[in-house]
Amino acid sequence: MRSNVSLISRDQIEVYGFSLPVSIGVPLLALLLQSFLPVHMRFMAIFDLPLLVTIFFGVARRNQISGMALGGIIGIVQDSLTHHPIGVFGIAKTVTGYAASSLGVKIDVENPGSRLLMTTAFTLLHGGIVFLVMRFLVADPMQPVAWRWIHELGSAVANGLLAIILFSVLDRFKQRG
Amino acid sequence: MDNIITGRHKNITVLAIVLTVQFFGLAAQIRRPSDQGTATPLIRTWVITAISPVEKFFVHTASGIKNTFGSYFYLRGVRKENASLRQQVEQMRLQQVRLQEDAAQARRLQTMLGFKEQFISETLPAQVIGTSGSDASRVIYIDKGTSDGVKDNMAVITPDGVVGKIAKAFHGSSQVLLISDQSWGAGGILVQSRLQGIVKGTQSGAVQMTYIMSDNQIKPGEQIVTSGGDRIFPKGLPLGVVKEVAPGKDMFLNIRVTPSADLNRVEEVLVITKVVEKASDANEFSGPIRASDILAERLPSVPQKPADATSTDHQGATSKPAVGAGGVVPPKVTNPNTTSKPSTGAPAPTTTKPGTTAVPPKATAPKDNKPTGAAPQGN
Repeated sequence: MRSNVSLISRDQIEVYGFSLPVSIGVPLLALLLQSFLPVHMRFMAIFDLPLLVTIFFGVARRNQISGMALGGIIGIVQDSLTHHPIGVFGIAKTVTGYAASSLGVKIDVENPGSRLLMTTAFTLLHGGIVFLVMRFLVADPMQPVAWRWIHELGSAVANGLLAIILFSVLDRFKQRG
Repeated sequence: MDNIITGRHKNITVLAIVLTVQFFGLAAQIRRPSDQGTATPLIRTWVITAISPVEKFFVHTASGIKNTFGSYFYLRGVRKENASLRQQVEQMRLQQVRLQEDAAQARRLQTMLGFKEQFISETLPAQVIGTSGSDASRVIYIDKGTSDGVKDNMAVITPDGVVGKIAKAFHGSSQVLLISDQSWGAGGILVQSRLQGIVKGTQSGAVQMTYIMSDNQIKPGEQIVTSGGDRIFPKGLPLGVVKEVAPGKDMFLNIRVTPSADLNRVEEVLVITKVVEKASDANEFSGPIRASDILAERLPSVPQKPADATSTDHQGATSKPAVGAGGVVPPKVTNPNTTSKPSTGAPAPTTTKPGTTAVPPKATAPKDNKPTGAAPQGN
């Protein structure tokens, strides 16, 4: 698969917008599916649909504040569905949303190869932040949390592959900003 | 300063502020084990209240469609299955007579020793409607909440064994913490060696039994049941089977456990809403039972048994032979739509609420002098 990540000037990169129903509906649907699908298909828990949506909107809008806000809100809602203290996914997705928007400002990531690489990297970043927050802020010292390379790498690649399909579907909702 | 707020550092400043707020919010929720309260962040209540009705709609619609088609396919093979079941019932009737004798003898011995029995007097069937959606939090959501009588820390089981406990009950739904989660554990007892420990999850979602000294001989295949020491699960519910034994850290064995309930495919569960204790009665004929045996007669996905394929006693209760927890056998399953009543005139355990199921008594196993495997109450 050929990667087509190219550094181009800021003026050359198109900024996209989305209608209000898409801006609200797609993240909500992602959160709902993320909670519902693993009931019948446990393996679906390896994917992180809310993270993919955060990355997609961040890269497409290319606005760091909206990227981090969307990531933060999605993360906090996702936290609410767990039994952890609220903020673990919130922090991780805030940073990821910010990073995705920052990348979108500088690099044009539109083709499948670059989307695979980008999403894999962001999933690892997200996993790393979740690990650090859990390890040093949340976890019981008697039950330390370990970094599981194989699991995290597998999850990152799986999310990267899913992103290729999902992003091409979501591309249809883009509006030129 | 203006440069930071409105200039080129504006975005990074906002990021720093947002992260700081979230870090403080996170820190405020983390308490020492001594001051763990039951308060739930409002945002969690809002999100779950909003998302549960949608998930309920999806699940109930899907199971409606599934049941419609399932019933058709089920009927196609029912004649042959009925004949086979009749034969099976006849064999089990003979077996039951023998086992009832053994149970009566055990009960007489318990009475002499002054044992107390644990009744699971009320259970509530519930359907799984969602999960946490993350491997980091092994949580499921069920469609019953405080409005149905569910409370925090109630036990959740399936026909196969223990699933978890209610971590938080909301109005119309509840959060169930699975036994495979790392943050808590259930008291367990090895059926053959009678050793007690704590059965809990690991980070990867595997289940293990801890606090068994390494000088003990444990063999793979040995069954583990609840010890009752955690005050959540009644004694004798199946927890799992020993899969692998290896030397662990700090003089303890590392025992890998295969959970009795398939935690990856839980769709319907029973919540134990009431457990009562009473002294053993030698005249009481009905023996110990796995509370979860009645699930098969309650849940929508399991077809009704043919009326003539079951034996009915004089009180109209349906007998269902099955091996009980801990190797103790002859269970008596009541008709879930009627009030529970032991078959030989012993008093009914308690009243049964509509939509709940009554269960006959469960005898405690006679080894209570070992250290209690009380589970940490993490949340």
